[in-house]
Amino acid sequence: MIGLNHYLTVSAVLFVIGVLGIFLNRRNVILMLMAIELLLLAVNINLVAFSAFLGDMKGQIFAMFVLTVAAAEAAIGLAILVIFFRRRGTIAVDAADRMRG
Amino acid sequence: MIALLAFYLFAAVTITSAVLVVFARNPVHSVLWLILAFFNAAGLMLLAGAEFIAMLLVIVYVGAVAVLFLFVVMMLDIDFSQLRSGLTRNLPFGLLIALVLLAEIIIASTAHRAGPVLASAASAPPVRTVPNIEALGTELYSRYLLPFELAGLILLVAMIGAIVLTHRSRGDSRGQNANRQIGRRPEDAVKNLQPKVGEGMQL
Repeated sequence: MIGLNHYLTVSAVLFVIGVLGIFLNRRNVILMLMAIELLLLAVNINLVAFSAFLGDMKGQIFAMFVLTVAAAEAAIGLAILVIFFRRRGTIAVDAADRMRG
Repeated sequence: MIALLAFYLFAAVTITSAVLVVFARNPVHSVLWLILAFFNAAGLMLLAGAEFIAMLLVIVYVGAVAVLFLFVVMMLDIDFSQLRSGLTRNLPFGLLIALVLLAEIIIASTAHRAGPVLASAASAPPVRTVPNIEALGTELYSRYLLPFELAGLILLVAMIGAIVLTHRSRGDSRGQNANRQIGRRPEDAVKNLQPKVGEGMQL
């Protein structure tokens, strides 16, 4: 029988893959955004699994809010990416050094 | 039995496609693997009994976010092979971080299993009396009404922000000139003439 631990394992592996994606693709911003989507997906699986196995709807409601914020984040991130590409002609992360941060 | 089989299928495909999102050579392929990962994660949530969130995942992520990614990847003319040059250099460090994180998660979950925590008390899920969507809606529109409205506000702000950021006024576009429209009078536009028959007229 499938238990809570199965779901938590899947979401933990997914989260680690997302973190790995952020660290590996240090230059490509699009892939970094996709890795962030993977992280949020792992969080959502966690929330839904706990919600289902505790019989509490709060987890699913918060999963919905996470989904909302993820959609907003993707839209804003890609918009910033598009104007960054227009200015610099590249999307490499190390090209974003105009502010000398 | 069939649920067990479906769970392992969905979990395996989700994790495999997540790995391929990170390691695919072509970013378009990455986006397509991301779509597959979302679909299978929706399947996992369906198995857990969260039908509404599963459908929302398909609609919002596959239908909107992934397509947005696909548009941006295809719209920007980028040399992606040059962007991958840091991959081998970052691989040991990234693997180290990932392994540390995985070890921490495993330690945390085993510690959680050892101690008396609230989550392990409810081993059997309670019997569901109302459908998933009804239960979600009842909670969402009563106790979580304010966060729900704020989520809508966040989406509105994101939409306006995305439009403001990416909009650029081009010099050759023929937009509406309100001043010219309002300043136009009937006297300038219409002229009454009474030409003689057979003489024609000059415009």
